[in-house]
Amino acid sequence: MKRATSDGNGSAGHFPAPSQAAGLVVVGVSAGGLEALKRVLGGLEAGFPLPVVIVQHRRSDSDSLLTRLLSNWSGLPVSEAEEKEPPLAGHAYLAPANYHLLIETDGCFSLTVDEPELFARPSINALFVTASDYWGPRLIAVVLTGANADGSLGVQRVKARGGRVVVQDPGEAEFPVMPSAAIAAIGIGAVDYIARLAEIPGILAHLAVAS
Amino acid sequence: MEEAGSLENEKIEMDCLLEAIFRKYGYDFRSYSRSHVLRRLRRRVEIDGLLSFSELQHRVLYDESCLQRVLQDLSINVTEMFRDPAFYQVIRAEVIPVLRTYPFVRIWHAGCASGEEVYSMAILLKEGGLESRCRLYATDFNEATIEKAKDGIYSLADIRSYTANYQKSGGTGVFSDYYTASYDSAIMNRELKKDIVFAHHNLVTDGEFGEMHLIICRNVLIYFNRDLQKRVVSLFSRSLARGGFLWIGSKESLRYDDPEEAFEPVVENARLYRKRYGTDE
Repeated sequence: MKRATSDGNGSAGHFPAPSQAAGLVVVGVSAGGLEALKRVLGGLEAGFPLPVVIVQHRRSDSDSLLTRLLSNWSGLPVSEAEEKEPPLAGHAYLAPANYHLLIETDGCFSLTVDEPELFARPSINALFVTASDYWGPRLIAVVLTGANADGSLGVQRVKARGGRVVVQDPGEAEFPVMPSAAIAAIGIGAVDYIARLAEIPGILAHLAVAS
Repeated sequence: MEEAGSLENEKIEMDCLLEAIFRKYGYDFRSYSRSHVLRRLRRRVEIDGLLSFSELQHRVLYDESCLQRVLQDLSINVTEMFRDPAFYQVIRAEVIPVLRTYPFVRIWHAGCASGEEVYSMAILLKEGGLESRCRLYATDFNEATIEKAKDGIYSLADIRSYTANYQKSGGTGVFSDYYTASYDSAIMNRELKKDIVFAHHNLVTDGEFGEMHLIICRNVLIYFNRDLQKRVVSLFSRSLARGGFLWIGSKESLRYDDPEEAFEPVVENARLYRKRYGTDE
């Protein structure tokens, strides 16, 4: 993974070297997420060439159970994202409960306890927007089942910066509000893939190596 | 697709804005987490109906009330009493008994925001038998927030969730004994306040606070970039007596921030550290 060389201290900011290859997958999911994540992560093979960073809305006091469950189901190692840690390819990361997860301007993780956005902390928009700031066209954003509109602003930003957007087919989603809102936010023509859960791992594997 | 150039311009303008705030008012956000600052300032530009950070910079320079809003945006105002209750149990078990061995205890709560966690600690000290022989220095860079912390008035709705936290934290008393309810507010008792000194202190630009036995600084370091984190951890090390404790946020760690290994973990999961005895920094 290419990362920028410096951060802060007044530098104007650096961008990943221009390249078509995708650099990061971000996933936003809310109600109904357990089953959806089980199928998406379960379908990704070990050695998946990108980091996968997930915001799953959950109770502010939820513990590490979700991480453990996802680890069991996934071919990728799954852990909670840690402060200032660089995301690694072939690894899945979950935003900690009760923190916003951001991608820092050097590509590493950054956590905040700012007020919830759209009643959510972690916020899908916060992750998508900051990831898009860093990765631009090299970002792949995925919106799965959910009963609110978090992620809509995020996918707008992802598209504005030339990234790819994959949305779970609302017809299949346990809670269609979130995927429908994401599609409406950018217009159906701008969504790269509207897909069923069973198809999403294959699409990600394809996008990860597509140029 | 949007030009990458506009994002680059935005970052340049942000740097200029932060430089302007520092040079005009002395508040230094230049070493804060950039993604966080960018996110908060974008929100401010949107709420105020501005076009750019440059426009915000102009207003901040010429209108101090605008600066106050930006300070509020960049301070960490989200807190609760007995946040992470299980960690408070660790403090009761590991720290309070050690503090009891000192004749007089000095505690620094750095970045106290509106004070919820300061009163939580005051309750812990009282229940640990340390009332009247301790001093809790609660500091923040934001004066408006300190005033709120001094008042110690919180909404009754919040108090309900704090009560549950208090019980989970191993509280030995009755939580409602620590405040007086009045309409829809709760006012923290005066006895809790008598050992607390609220003061203005900026971790980025101000110096050390001498000979502390415990420093509490939770969910503040996450807002700093790695260089500033290191500087602040070193400041904490210099401010602590040997064997003094440092307690940081549940998602923070000293893994990258303590190159001199001034600290050793006491209960790593609870993010509780202790200054090594051999360290003279």
